[in-house]
Amino acid sequence: MTRRALAALLAVALLTAPSWLTSAYHLHVLIMAGIFAILALSLNLLLGYTGQLSLGHAAFFGIGAYTSALLTLKLEWSFWPALVSAAATAGLAGWAIGRLALKLRGAYFVLVTISFAGVISLVSVNWMELTNGPLGLPGVPAPELGPWSLRAKAAYYYLVLAAAALAYLVCHRLVHSRIGRALVALRENEPLAESVGIDATRYLVLAAVISAALAGVAGSLYAHYTRFVSPEVFLFTYTVTMVIMVVAGGQGTLVGPVIGALLFTALPEALREAMAWQWQMLAYGVVLVALVFFLPKGIVPSIERMRRGLPRSQPASRPPLQQC
Amino acid sequence: MEQLLQHLVNGLVLGGTYALLGIGLTLIFGLMSVVNFAHGEFYTLGAYTTFGVLALAGWPFFVALGAAILLGAVAGAVCERVLLRPLRGESIDTVMLVMIGVWIAMQNTELLVWGGVARSIPHPFPTAPLTLGPLSIAPVRLFVVAAAAALIGAAWLLIQRTRLGTAMRATFQDRDTAALMGVPIGRIHTITFAFGSALAAAAGALLGPVFLAYPSMGDLASLKAFSVVILGGLGNLAGATLGGLLLGIAEELGAGYVSSGYRDAVGFVAIILVLLFRPAGLFARAERIG
Repeated sequence: MTRRALAALLAVALLTAPSWLTSAYHLHVLIMAGIFAILALSLNLLLGYTGQLSLGHAAFFGIGAYTSALLTLKLEWSFWPALVSAAATAGLAGWAIGRLALKLRGAYFVLVTISFAGVISLVSVNWMELTNGPLGLPGVPAPELGPWSLRAKAAYYYLVLAAAALAYLVCHRLVHSRIGRALVALRENEPLAESVGIDATRYLVLAAVISAALAGVAGSLYAHYTRFVSPEVFLFTYTVTMVIMVVAGGQGTLVGPVIGALLFTALPEALREAMAWQWQMLAYGVVLVALVFFLPKGIVPSIERMRRGLPRSQPASRPPLQQC
Repeated sequence: MEQLLQHLVNGLVLGGTYALLGIGLTLIFGLMSVVNFAHGEFYTLGAYTTFGVLALAGWPFFVALGAAILLGAVAGAVCERVLLRPLRGESIDTVMLVMIGVWIAMQNTELLVWGGVARSIPHPFPTAPLTLGPLSIAPVRLFVVAAAAALIGAAWLLIQRTRLGTAMRATFQDRDTAALMGVPIGRIHTITFAFGSALAAAAGALLGPVFLAYPSMGDLASLKAFSVVILGGLGNLAGATLGGLLLGIAEELGAGYVSSGYRDAVGFVAIILVLLFRPAGLFARAERIG
């Protein structure tokens, strides 16, 4: 089957999903997969295309969720401007953190991103007047489109699908533009890239802003779907899940994170009956280790290689990153 | 003033164990360039080993402490041999992903084995606090400081005074040259990881009876350990010791005078500020390493 036919089949399957998925629960899984696909695409912009691992990505997700929830609850904005504001606020946070943290590389960058996420999470717990602390914000309104409410699962599914498709297009355009090539050049060899005139900080910060804004969109969609926001949106588990999705699917590819998101949202749900939650998390850890050992490039690049009949990928053909 | 003194004393108790955690991590991070996110899990392992030996087997506290240190060392050595040695020479990010996996796997194993309920670990010390003028301190905390100081001293002697320590320092300074001089780098890495993990387990065994043992206790411990390493500078033992004490005291003062809700923010803010303004650590003389 050709690639194009496969893509068309997938598109038709996704577009008609609410009609052939009989159970609301399955639709729920698909909605969550869509939200996580946006998150994985967003993390992939940084991890896959610039080579910088942000372990504070849940912060942008959380900022988006809180911005959207607070604007609709306290200022009674409608969903759409709140969604845009969520993206803008998260993007602004991405800019600020990027400006500061992207002076650093490797382990130090990772530690600073974790720390920022930690501080923001503590603020969400402690700033009672604004965030209602650990109790969270209940009753986030469902979005409306003109006269229609998007409260029903099927309607919300199409909203998420559209957002995910848009996120994919944004990433696609970006990656195949001058900016994308500059980012890849920086990932592969930063001194060399700078020597031909690529401003590292400028491009990396730009990637961080777009990545954070996308995560903010995912946060807003999550808030209006579950209709409840609490400091749990900042949980490190979310960040780890995103990382696993990107690494498993294939970092530095566009389809990889989407496949990873579908797989790692559906798989835990499918295993839910068979094993307790702790076993699942344990399996997550083992899977992450196994991935690095046996599938270091991720699922999508490995399939590509198999299709072309190339030998199995050698681990670590990527040059080691500078540490600081 | 009395309150301030009390905060300082409490900070010292906390800081002693932070220093233990930090010394272990600074060796692993500095010598092996492994961003060890699982460090806190060895701390948890130490706390639960103490709980198991004390509360379930009924053996004395010091046996439990020794068992925790031993188990930490063995677990660390196994982890290094099985997971890290095959990845030597890989990018630091790849190794980091593996350690995140180890962290999640270990934490949830602990959750499965011990359940999510926090356990209090019994200890043989009297519960009535010792009072010294305006200060009061629980005897168990006094023991924690003393034991931490002894362990830090032992680590110091090992690194500075033994052949093994010399080999470790040589590996830290220049891996390739050390290898050319006949230092068995592979074995040094295994020993370093085991040693660092043993120190983390010791910290867990010591703090376990002061606080409670619960499966996710390692998350905060990892965070503190990283803060201490960053404060003190990579691979800097004296820096880690001072950094640990500093962090402990800063947290106590922050919780006492600013807001107890932001106690754990002190570590985060320390990481951010130090990395942005003094990336080689507070006490560095040399240029930035690594």
